[in-house]
Amino acid sequence: MSDITSLTLTDLVKNIKDKKISSEEATKAFIERGEKSRDLNTYITEDFSNALKKAKNFDQKPNFELKLPGVPMAVKDLFCTNGVKTTAGSKILNNFIPPYESTVTQNIWNEGSILLGKLNCDEFAMGSSNETSFFGNVQSPISKDLVPGGSSGGSASALAANLTPITIGTDTGGSIRQPASFTGTVGLKPTYGSCSRYGIVAFASSLDQAGPMSKNVKDCALLQEIISTYDEKDSTSINFKRNEYSKELTINIKGKKIGIPKEYRVDGMPKEIEDLWAKGIEFAKDCGAEIVEISLPHTNYALPAYYIVAPAEASSNLARYDGVKYGFRSKGENLIDMYEKTRSEGFGAEVQRRIMIGTYVLSSGYYDAYYLKAQKVRKLIKNDFDEAYRKVDAILTPSTPSAAFKIGEKNNDPVSMYLNDIFTVPVNLAGLPAISIPAGIDAMGYPLGLQIIGKAFDEQNILDIAYAMEEKIQFKNKITDWWIK
Amino acid sequence: MTIDLKTIKHISKLSRISVDDKKADKLVGDLNSIFDFIEKLNELNTDKVEPLTSVAETTLKLRTDEVKSKNIRGQILKNSPDENEDFFVVPKVVE
Repeated sequence: MSDITSLTLTDLVKNIKDKKISSEEATKAFIERGEKSRDLNTYITEDFSNALKKAKNFDQKPNFELKLPGVPMAVKDLFCTNGVKTTAGSKILNNFIPPYESTVTQNIWNEGSILLGKLNCDEFAMGSSNETSFFGNVQSPISKDLVPGGSSGGSASALAANLTPITIGTDTGGSIRQPASFTGTVGLKPTYGSCSRYGIVAFASSLDQAGPMSKNVKDCALLQEIISTYDEKDSTSINFKRNEYSKELTINIKGKKIGIPKEYRVDGMPKEIEDLWAKGIEFAKDCGAEIVEISLPHTNYALPAYYIVAPAEASSNLARYDGVKYGFRSKGENLIDMYEKTRSEGFGAEVQRRIMIGTYVLSSGYYDAYYLKAQKVRKLIKNDFDEAYRKVDAILTPSTPSAAFKIGEKNNDPVSMYLNDIFTVPVNLAGLPAISIPAGIDAMGYPLGLQIIGKAFDEQNILDIAYAMEEKIQFKNKITDWWIK
Repeated sequence: MTIDLKTIKHISKLSRISVDDKKADKLVGDLNSIFDFIEKLNELNTDKVEPLTSVAETTLKLRTDEVKSKNIRGQILKNSPDENEDFFVVPKVVE
């Protein structure tokens, strides 16, 4: 066996099923590489010794019928894991050990997978560069001092650096697709209601979705069919017919109509992104797809609407962190003082900023002007997509308006950081599925991604298009292991 | 529209986050630049648009109100920052 950690998930599963690699060997390989890669700061919590125990147990009584037989996996630290510390990247949950498991991770363990540990992320998933984490920046394996994107930055970095064969993230405004794009990996944000939100630390409940991040499209399809289940513990979980996405995956996309929205040609977009998009259109044509010009006229209003809706929901969701029942508590002279100091010391600057925006837009006298207005604009954005999908089967856009940037580069101006999500946010507002696939590099050699947006519940279709295009693109991530001494 | 220091102090109170003067000054700048950006929505006339409250076009299901997790008091209290046998403890609220 050359190198276990560089295998795709599909190949690793095959090797384990063929008894060429044991679960223990695989788990050891990822642990060893993880230990050599601490400079990347991908892990908040390592659960290596438990992982090794579980792997040995699996090898003693293997079940090769499972979809992830003895496969080790690290997950974003936003998923509650029973008995394993879950921080959401925040000081306020620094010592929180959930007494229950999220449905998405439970689905993964039910298929035989083993938890390696919990991966770094922006605090409460609020950020686009993993710089808001209480546990520090994550380094991208692509280049030193480069951000891996966010909020699922630890997940993207660990995956690209071969510290985990596959992983899961969450996506509220682009938090799976943008880091996938920055690190040359694949990331899928499923349809709202596809994956249960039970046990995921809540950010903005009407937008949050969990999804797979992987080395290729086939792996992504396999994990999606595992994590997407109807769950009565999530009142917005939707009971629809779910495919066995990996089995039904096909590169035959002949005659599919793919829309190109003219509004995504934003001012000041680098030529590299223009070129990448044009190249993507050619690849789609080569695959037999038909290209159709479409219009999504309210695109420019998505980000401002998002920065009302998401903070409003966050301010309400994060009201629970008051230092009373769990998490960090600061000393106060009285109850109110304790609340105020706990939240002031326990939350980082970006989270406080968003709670305050959310509190303001929901406060007496401002609700109609901001929150109601944003919900109406959200309706217009969804209508745009509904209209477009009368003519096309899917939509092709760049994933981000630029490649990854340096750590610290965009810290001073929150709005310039928010603009990163300009192509990903509309999808969350409309509740649609979208996948980012690596498609090229910029002048610095940093990866660039293309995004394929689908109709609601049409994950199979965008996975098929991504699968067909992946074969044409033939992207190879260049990772030099610069951080290993 | 501008957000002044007084508004910041008011939001700080509503959101139960204590803010000192230095932090308040920074928030005035940050929030104003964010709200300038948000004001773009006013370009749109939305008088006749229905607000979208949920993308999932299903009515929320009712469920019976029954206890499913039993005997977990110990587990729950384990995460408590300050506990006293079977209770969460907070600073004194009555004189």
